Amino acid sequence: MADRVQGISSRLREGTAHKPAAPDGGTDKPVLSLRDLVVEIPTRYGVLRPVDGVSYDISAGEILGVVGESGAGKSMAGNAVIGLLDPPARIASGQVRLNGESIESLPRSEMRRLRGKQIGMVFQDPLTSLNPLLPIGEQLAETIQEHLPVTRREARARALAGLEEVGIPGAADRLDSYPHEFSGGMRQRVVIALALCAEPCMLIADEPTTALDVSVQAQIIALLKRLCRERGMAVMLVTHDMGVIAEAADRVAVMYAGRLAEIGPVADVLTAPRHPYTYGLMGSTPLAARGQRRLNQIPGAMPRLGHMPEGCAFHPRCPKAAPACSQSVPQPVVMGDGHLAACHFPMTVEPQEAAQ
Amino acid sequence: MTALVRIRHLTRVFDVSKPWLNRVIERLPKALLTAVSDVTFDIPERQVYALVGESGSGKSTIGKMVVGLLPPSDGDVEIEGVNLASEADKARVAETRSHIQMIFQDPYASLNPRWRVRDIVAEPVAAQGGETNGLAERLLEQVGLSAADAGKYPHEFSGGQRQRICIARALASEPRLIVCDEPTSALDVSVQAQVLNLMSDLQEKLGLTYLFITHDLAVVQHMADRIGVLYLGRLVEEAAAEELFARPRHPYTQMLFDAAPRMDAFGREVDPPKGEIPDPINPPTGCAFHPRCPIAVDRCLEERPELRAVGPARVACHLADA
Ligand SMILES: Nc1ncnc2c1ncn2[C@@H]1O[C@H](COP(=O)(O)OP(=O)(O)OP(=O)(O)O)[C@@H](O)[C@H]1O
Ligand SMILES: Nc1ncnc2c1ncn2[C@@H]1O[C@H](COP(=O)(O)OP(=O)(O)OP(=O)(O)O)[C@@H](O)[C@H]1O
Ligand code: SF4
Ligand code: SF4
Ligand SMILES: [Mg+2]
Ligand SMILES: [Mg+2]
Repeated sequence: MADRVQGISSRLREGTAHKPAAPDGGTDKPVLSLRDLVVEIPTRYGVLRPVDGVSYDISAGEILGVVGESGAGKSMAGNAVIGLLDPPARIASGQVRLNGESIESLPRSEMRRLRGKQIGMVFQDPLTSLNPLLPIGEQLAETIQEHLPVTRREARARALAGLEEVGIPGAADRLDSYPHEFSGGMRQRVVIALALCAEPCMLIADEPTTALDVSVQAQIIALLKRLCRERGMAVMLVTHDMGVIAEAADRVAVMYAGRLAEIGPVADVLTAPRHPYTYGLMGSTPLAARGQRRLNQIPGAMPRLGHMPEGCAFHPRCPKAAPACSQSVPQPVVMGDGHLAACHFPMTVEPQEAAQ
Repeated sequence: MTALVRIRHLTRVFDVSKPWLNRVIERLPKALLTAVSDVTFDIPERQVYALVGESGSGKSTIGKMVVGLLPPSDGDVEIEGVNLASEADKARVAETRSHIQMIFQDPYASLNPRWRVRDIVAEPVAAQGGETNGLAERLLEQVGLSAADAGKYPHEFSGGQRQRICIARALASEPRLIVCDEPTSALDVSVQAQVLNLMSDLQEKLGLTYLFITHDLAVVQHMADRIGVLYLGRLVEEAAAEELFARPRHPYTQMLFDAAPRMDAFGREVDPPKGEIPDPINPPTGCAFHPRCPIAVDRCLEERPELRAVGPARVACHLADA
């Protein structure tokens, strides 16, 4: 036990010493950078913290996948970045930097300008992003003129180019169509065109394919990957589908109960997870149980906000939990190249073992 | 292996016309949507039969016809040898119906928020005038909740726990067949694992048969003994699970398998499938898959392929061979 505790404290030191630089191994000049982001919701029963000290970077041309159970704070973190938190939820502390500039405390009007111009957004339900009463060509042209100094005609031309880029068949004839005249998959393409029409440097896609069929999902994911590559955009892809993460993301951040459990290159995190939660999550997929009659399961459920356990929030469910886990919150510790896990007793799995 | 359920030429047509007056004014024809068309298959006793296919392919409509929530437009559902539509002996029909239960995707919507869990779980038995004393408590323990939960209300439970409550309710009338319509699609993978394990355990212990409806191929591969693949209301391929995954013969099945994201396929560049599911009110002529099929030939535009035996599978494709 004694040497284990020693182990923790040295890792903790390593973790803290590493923190101020690029904590998740991103490049020096990330497009988006979160530092100790805390989102709070004051309620009658006390202050809830759906996001509790999250730090990560996303670079140009990179897709960061964000995964975690429902309620882990994935959407809250994304909404905090774009200033779309529903009051009374608010950023309580920490920083959000876009190309090096702090944006977490910009006034609402500035934030609105930034949204659309510098940060595009795609949500699960395309209809939330579209005006049902306006033809899509109008919506695109309007958004383009709002953000770019172009003439009406040029805005129309760009709208058409945008629709062609996202693969709307017969785009020229569809400029005057209304959102309800498109299928779900085509609508999501229109939303992507809308999110990208002002040429933002950053795209936040929150469950963009969750409501779509696999064949359409494959089309949309291929589209996002291509656009990310061609435009050198930074993309935050929030999803709970591990398959989508594996195929689309360069790096993945795993959230648990509002905190970052693990982050790193996608193949490293998925095949050799170091945080026991990631390990359990990967293990509970049908792929991991191939040939077994029963799936591996993590016992229990994620704690509810306001009922967070002391120390590591995962300790009531963790097979490796030790007394230290309920005493102090584990800080991110370097596990490998750009791979961090916030755990006192990280897994020491051989590569491959976990996902097989 | 005896079939617990025999489905023959099952068909369901919905009238989706605009109201009569609009039709007259706008001179629109009647619009009929064929949600399920001439579907025939057997569900062997104590097995898991999975129906897969994309949105709108008719999975839920078949499920509802099997449990009797929706009358077929044509064709038959026969359960334990009783044809639910034509059987004259009403007592026998009622008896058979009580052996079938359904679990839905949304564990939130399918639980009455004002009822205590005890009453929700015992409802199928209470409705038949059966003995419910201690029943809910016993069933809750069977699905991994505690007897003390019987006095609580649905909102006090998480999504996975609510699905357990739905399963407990489905078990109350000692069913032999449970139709599970996307039972874990609203749940996280880790919660899904708990629920699927529970379903497997119960199947083994109680000798249940499942009609398992889902679009998640990974879940199907884990759970199913036999699989039917639906496209626009028709069965396009049917085979034992292992056979289907080892050798998908229908171009649509192959497309589905290729398009499904894979957890072990890092950075895979898929050549995404072409197009989307066509409008079911005006389905394509011939083989309904032809506009998206990479190997379609002229014949496919005119002649609809019948479901026929191809090796150990049944396939509806002109070009399929063993
Ligand atoms: N207005 C609010 N008041 C109290 N709690 C809230 C409020 N809005 C959100 N929450 C809680 O904040 C937590 C984080 O929610 P968030 O939407 O970020 O989760 P998520 O990881 O995106 O989950 P999902 O996968 O379900 O989308 C959840 O526990 C949620 O219940
Ligand atoms: N009550 C109804 N009235 C009219 N059309 C209906 C009705 N119920 C279903 N449909 C149509 O029948 C077709 C099959 O629907 P069904 O719900 O069975 O599909 P599904 O395979 O379960 O799809 P999903 O994966 O989206 O649940 C769809 O085109 C649907 O729009
Ligand atoms: S810190 Fe402790 S409880 Fe938390 S994940 Fe690591 S070992 Fe488990
Ligand atoms: S019948 Fe023709 S169009 Fe249909 S799946 Fe077979 S090859 Fe393709
Ligand atoms: Mg969310
Ligand atoms: Mg359905």
